Amino acid sequence: MSEHPYDISKHIRGYLIIGGALILGTVLTVLASFIDLGHHWNVVLALVIATVKASLVALYFMHLISEKQLIYTVLGFTAFFFIGLMFITIAAYHDHPALTTTN
Amino acid sequence: MEIPYTTKPRPDTGLYNAKVGIWLFLASEVMLFGALFSSYILLRVGAFVENWPHGLLNVPIGTVNTIVLIVSSITVVMAWASLKMKNFGKFKFYQAITVLCALMFLGIKSFEYRDKFTHYEVWKTDGTRMTGHIEGKPMFLTLAKVKAAGKEKIGFIPDPYHYSASKEVKHTAKEHPGEHKTVEIAVSEIKRLSAFVPAHSTYFAIYFTLTALHGLHVLGGAIVIGFLFGPGSKMWHSDPERFTNRVEVAGLFWHFVDLVWIFLFPVLYLL
Repeated sequence: MSEHPYDISKHIRGYLIIGGALILGTVLTVLASFIDLGHHWNVVLALVIATVKASLVALYFMHLISEKQLIYTVLGFTAFFFIGLMFITIAAYHDHPALTTTN
Repeated sequence: MEIPYTTKPRPDTGLYNAKVGIWLFLASEVMLFGALFSSYILLRVGAFVENWPHGLLNVPIGTVNTIVLIVSSITVVMAWASLKMKNFGKFKFYQAITVLCALMFLGIKSFEYRDKFTHYEVWKTDGTRMTGHIEGKPMFLTLAKVKAAGKEKIGFIPDPYHYSASKEVKHTAKEHPGEHKTVEIAVSEIKRLSAFVPAHSTYFAIYFTLTALHGLHVLGGAIVIGFLFGPGSKMWHSDPERFTNRVEVAGLFWHFVDLVWIFLFPVLYLL
């Protein structure tokens, strides 16, 4: 991360642009939910927009675009276990007994 | 004894200690919320459509709350940048906006919760179900409480449609909104009565678990940011670099709270 006052001031405009993009992304998420793409594709689109927004926050606001190696290592392990958790979740879904009756 | 590496980077990590600490903490938080998201997915795919309330949350209010958190994320990074540029006045300004945004988020969320606690579903003995409000807008009413009060009838103001209604029915009801008339329901005809509380359904159980846990994070973050805005800011005059690092660490936590909401909003409100 840049330390010199001048370098930081150069980032200010970037923070505002990212903030604007996040608000735009929120509006897009809401608008996209009103378009009937079929439930599956509505879910995919909403999660894609959310992932882009989350990436912007992590990369620019949390400065992950220019961090030390140790942070990347920690997050690498986190990503591995998180993906593993989601893999188990999806595997459990496919192992789910068929729903036949309502309660 | 002085705490080591509060400002200078530790030679082996290249980072001051608090930064390593907050990232390890955030890694554990990813797994905490990840486990709850995983629970949400399994509950959702395992539920029947008619038992999964959809469209009951207020999307405009949720959108406003999302924007409030995004604005707070901008101001928290601007507060840190102001300190880096040695502008303490601007830091105070941005930090104050962040705290106000946090309080606004919690206030709006409380309003949403209250709305749910006064909104009911009635399961009648003939198998019909309807959602709406009970006259007088009581909170947390149950069939047992109604019976204990010795009531024989309740005044119910039904919603135009039940959440499990088809798209066509919902569309027609929106196009031709009728009057909200009160109907009287005999207590003997009620099989179950529940407000939209965690006990109502798996949807509200996971909704309140996720949003309340997130709300607690907002509250915790607001307290820390409020402290750094108020009494904690004295450190700026004695050890500015350490104070700036504290603001950065608090900011990293705050951004994570925003990041979680970015996923919670579409998942709970829109899908």
